[in-house]
Amino acid sequence: MSRFRPDMAERARALVALYPEPRSALIPLCHLAQEQDGWLQPDAMEEIAELVGVTPAEVRGTASFYDMLHTGPVGRYLVSICTNIACLLGGAEELLAHAQATLGIRPGGTTADGMVTLEDAECLADCDRTPCVTVNHRYVGGLTPQAFDQLVDDLRAGRRADDIPPHGTLVRVRRNGGLRADRGRVAAERAAMAEAQAVRAREAKEQAEREAALQSGPGAGSGS
Amino acid sequence: MAVTDAPRIVTARMGHDDSFTLDRYLATGGYDALRKALAMTPEAVAAEVDAASLLGRGGAGFPAGRKWSMLRKAPVTYLVVNGDESEPATFKDHLLIERDPHQLVEGVLIAAYALQVTQAFIYLRGEFALGLERLTQALNEAYDHGAAGADIFGSGFSVDLVVHPGAGAYICGEETALLESLEGKRGFPRIKPPFFPAAVGLYGQPTVVNNVETMSNLPWIILNGGSAFAALGDGRSTGTRLFALSGHVRRPGTYEVEMVKTTFRDLVYAPVYGGGVTGDREVKAFVPGGVSAPWFGPQHLDLPLGQDEVGQAGSMLGSGAITVMDSSTCMVRAAWRITKFFARESCGQCTPCREGSGWLERVMRRIEHGGGREEDVELLLDACDNISPGLQWPPQQTTICVLGPSIPSSIHSAIDMFRDEFLLHVKEGGCPFA
Ligand SMILES: Cc1cc2nc3c(=O)[nH]c(=O)nc-3n(C[C@H](O)[C@H](O)[C@H](O)COP(=O)(O)O)c2cc1C
Ligand code: SF4
Ligand code: FES
Repeated sequence: MSRFRPDMAERARALVALYPEPRSALIPLCHLAQEQDGWLQPDAMEEIAELVGVTPAEVRGTASFYDMLHTGPVGRYLVSICTNIACLLGGAEELLAHAQATLGIRPGGTTADGMVTLEDAECLADCDRTPCVTVNHRYVGGLTPQAFDQLVDDLRAGRRADDIPPHGTLVRVRRNGGLRADRGRVAAERAAMAEAQAVRAREAKEQAEREAALQSGPGAGSGS
Repeated sequence: MAVTDAPRIVTARMGHDDSFTLDRYLATGGYDALRKALAMTPEAVAAEVDAASLLGRGGAGFPAGRKWSMLRKAPVTYLVVNGDESEPATFKDHLLIERDPHQLVEGVLIAAYALQVTQAFIYLRGEFALGLERLTQALNEAYDHGAAGADIFGSGFSVDLVVHPGAGAYICGEETALLESLEGKRGFPRIKPPFFPAAVGLYGQPTVVNNVETMSNLPWIILNGGSAFAALGDGRSTGTRLFALSGHVRRPGTYEVEMVKTTFRDLVYAPVYGGGVTGDREVKAFVPGGVSAPWFGPQHLDLPLGQDEVGQAGSMLGSGAITVMDSSTCMVRAAWRITKFFARESCGQCTPCREGSGWLERVMRRIEHGGGREEDVELLLDACDNISPGLQWPPQQTTICVLGPSIPSSIHSAIDMFRDEFLLHVKEGGCPFA
C-alpha cells in the first residue's frame, strides 16, 4: 500500500495549498510518503506527480538528487555516523569501523532483521559532540563504541521508541489551521502598499528636485 | 581583552531550558521589536538595518541593508531565509532555530515588513528534525498570538510564513540552488549573472535571501537601534557574531563574541570559550571559516575576528566555523576528508568541479594509504589550478557556483604548510601518524 492513506492525502492537499506554486510541495510530499511507508515507493512518486502537476520521472529525478529521499527500502532506524572534519578529529573513523563490525554491515547496508541501516554521513551540524551520531535524524550525542552498542541494543528493544519515531517521520508537530492569510486581503494590502510606496517615492523625488533647484539657484556657488 | 563586555544579542535567552517557548520569549521582551517596527515606516526599519551595517552571516558577508536597498526600488515578492547549514563544522544556525525559534520568526517578520513582502519561506536543512518541530511549533504560536498571518497586531500588515524542509544536499545552501530546491527541483545552482536572486529569484520574481543568524539579529537592532549595533565591533565588522568552535579544543561549542575585539587566540584559549588545546598540545593549523576557507597556522592566532582582517590575511571568516587541529593531526588525512566531502557534494553541472573533485580525492586517498608518488604533490596543485586558475585568494571562478573554487583551499593549504608531510607519506609508504 503506497498511495496516500485518506488522512495522509488530507495532509498532502494541505501542504500543496501552502505554496504559491504546487510544485514547491514536491519535496515535503516526498517526506510525507516516507513518513507513511518508510521509503519512497514508485506509486507514491506517481501520486505526488499528480498532486503537483509534473511527470513521475520528474519526481524520481528530483528525489534521486537528495540523500534523505530513499527510493529503496530503509531499516526502521537510519543510523548516521558523521566522519567529516571535526568528527574525524574526534575519532569518527574508529567509531564507524566499530559500527560496521558489530552490525555486520557496510555503510549503505541494512541489518538482516531490518532494524538498522548504517550511513557514513557528511557533517550533521553537531560538531561539538564528536563523533556525532543521529538516528532517524535525531541527535544522540557524540558516542564511544560502548555507548554505540548500548544505543543499538536500545533501538532493537524498542526502548527509544518514544523519542525516535520510525524512519521517515520528520516532524511530529502539525501546522495549525491559521497558517494562510486570506489571499484576497493580502492582494488588497499589497496594492495599497505599492501605492503608498509610489507616493513616498514621488514625494522623495519632488523633495530632491526642490533641493536641487535651491542648490543651483542664484547665489549658490558650490562649484564642484 | 579576551572577553569583551558586549551584550549577548542572539544568545541572550539560551541560558533558559525553555528558551524556545512563547512564554519565555514574551517574558523577555519578545515581539516588542515587531510592534515597534510596525509603528515605523518600512523605510525607517530598513534604515536602522542599514545603520547597523549588519554583514550577512551566511558566508559571503554581504551587508544586509545594502542587499535590501538594491531591491526596494522594485517591489520584492519573496523573502527566503537560508537555514540549510551544511558547511562542515558549522553548527550555529541550528542552535538559533532549536533554542530561540521565536527570535528567528520575529526577525523574519521584521524583514518582511521592511521589504513589504507578504510571503516568506524559511528553508531548513531536512536533517534538522528537532529544528523543524520547534520552528513549526513557534510559527503556530506566533499565528495564534496575532504576530504572524493576517493583520499582524492590528497593523493592517499581513504576511505568511512557511517552513520548508530540504532533503539532504549541501549544495542547496547556495542561494540559487536553494531556490531551485524550493521550486521542487534538483538543487542545481543557477548560472550568473544575475548575481543576486534580487532580480530573478523564486518563480522568477524578485527575492531576498538571508541567513538565519542574519535574521536573528534584527529584533535586537530594532529595539536598540542600528547605531548601538554598529558601535560594537570595528570597521565593517559590526556587532557580535556566532563562532562554532570545534576540533582539538577542551570546550568545543558555539560562542557569541564581539567582532574584531576578539582574536582567534582568545577564542581557542580563553577559559570561557575554547579553554585551550586538548592535551596541552600546540595548534598545528586551523580552519578559520568553514572547509571552503584556506587554513591558517599558529602565526595567525592573534588575528582579530573581523571580516576584512581575515580576508587580507588570505582566508575568510565564511560561515564562522573554526576547527582546530593539534600537533597529532595528519594533515594529509584532514585535507583528504575535506576533499572527499566536496567530491560527494558537487552537483555535477560543471566539469572542473565534478571531475576535479573526484580526481583530487583519489590522489589524496592514495597518498594517505601508501600508494602515493613523489610527483603527486605537483599533480594535485596542477589539478587544483585547473579548477581555480592561479590558486589565488579570493579564488578565480571557472564554474557556475563557488563550490568548485572552494575545493583547492584545503589541499593547497596543506601542501603549502606541510609539503614535507606529503613527501613523508610517499617515502614511508603510508601515514606516519597511523
Ligand atoms: C556551496 C555553498 C553553500 C552555502 N551554504 C550556505 C548555508 O548553508 N547557509 C547560508 O546561510 N548560506 C550559505 N551559502 C551562502 C548563500 O549562498 C548566501 O550567500 C547567503 O544565504 C546569503 O545570506 P546572508 O547575506 O544573510 O549571509 C552557501 C554558499 C555556497 C556557495
Ligand atoms: S561548481 Fe560544482 S557545485 Fe557549483 S554548480 Fe558547478 S558542479 Fe555544481
Ligand atoms: S563534522 Fe561531524 S557533525 Fe560536523
